[in-house]
Amino acid sequence: MEITNYVVLAAVLFAIGATTVLLRRNAIVVFMGVELMLNATNLAFVTFARLHGDLTGQVLAFFVMVVAAAEVVVGLAIIVTIFRTRRSASVDDVNLLKG
Amino acid sequence: MTPAGLEISGGETVLFWVVAPLMVLAALGLLFVRRAVHAAMCLVFVMISMAILYIAQEAPFLGVVQVVVYTGAVMMLFLFVLMLVGVDASDSLTETIRGQRWIGLLVGLGLALVLGGVVGRAAFPPGAGLAGGDPAGVANPQALARVLFGDYVLAMEAVGVLLVTAAVGALVLTHRRRLTPKQNQRTVAEARVKALTEGVSLTPLPSPGVYATSNAMDTPALGPDGEQIPQSVSRVLRIRGQERPAPHAGVALVDADAPTGAAAPRRGEEDV
Repeated sequence: MEITNYVVLAAVLFAIGATTVLLRRNAIVVFMGVELMLNATNLAFVTFARLHGDLTGQVLAFFVMVVAAAEVVVGLAIIVTIFRTRRSASVDDVNLLKG
Repeated sequence: MTPAGLEISGGETVLFWVVAPLMVLAALGLLFVRRAVHAAMCLVFVMISMAILYIAQEAPFLGVVQVVVYTGAVMMLFLFVLMLVGVDASDSLTETIRGQRWIGLLVGLGLALVLGGVVGRAAFPPGAGLAGGDPAGVANPQALARVLFGDYVLAMEAVGVLLVTAAVGALVLTHRRRLTPKQNQRTVAEARVKALTEGVSLTPLPSPGVYATSNAMDTPALGPDGEQIPQSVSRVLRIRGQERPAPHAGVALVDADAPTGAAAPRRGEEDV
């Protein structure tokens, strides 16, 4: 087995995550798609760290995880706030800025 | 660092070919599953499998962090928010932008093709492996700590600030200011008495009717004047239109000729 198999897997998972973001309407599921994309990039980071024999890739993956955790906290708080005022978690219903 | 220091064992190959298809399947579940809770479960599966792959790829520290942070904290947060928002909040399938589904699928497929093509055409160096990269051959968490608190100390501090900011931001965002005075038992009672003129009843609603043919909660009760009382049937059933009409006062409730077993379905057919 080639080590590039891991990179291909990361690419496939990233594409699936991107498609989820494009297709789903529920804001929470859209958010899960973003998480999937972040995880896929982490897999690529770890694979390249191993490929090059350099731990920097793993350190970057660690930072991605931390930033993703912060992002989830703020994003879910926004979703909860929107749900409280609009009674809906669909990304289509938020059109207040529409002229 | 010696090249060709990386050898992928047969066990890892088997592990990859077992875990990777399952991961892709679960990720596709995120795309096609209707309910948000099931999507969250699919994502949990993907993340745990990802942790297994990390550990297989000489990153045991990241594998543990993946389980603790992602499946332990992030996905639980997702589940909590799903419970707040309502577990049954499933997607609507109506398209607000015409053709969005096909365009989205096309873009996703194109992205997969482009990324796969790039990976296929790129020339990778011979794999080094982390055992050759470590200066003293120390274990992964210690070597990682050296890099993290050596070269990346400033980034580490910035991440700490970021986490605190995120926590405070979430608190501020979800904090709700009370705009109306707090409701207690007395104010609730006074409000109901005040609403009497608008047709709100003080007493509990009447219970559904019990007859010889049916005591299910979809049959309305009859008032003393022989009229049906719609409020006696659950509001949900009324909205769904699953309410069964009560037998009229003058009509015989059970056909004497019909066998009792066939009576109920026959009545159902007539209603439809």
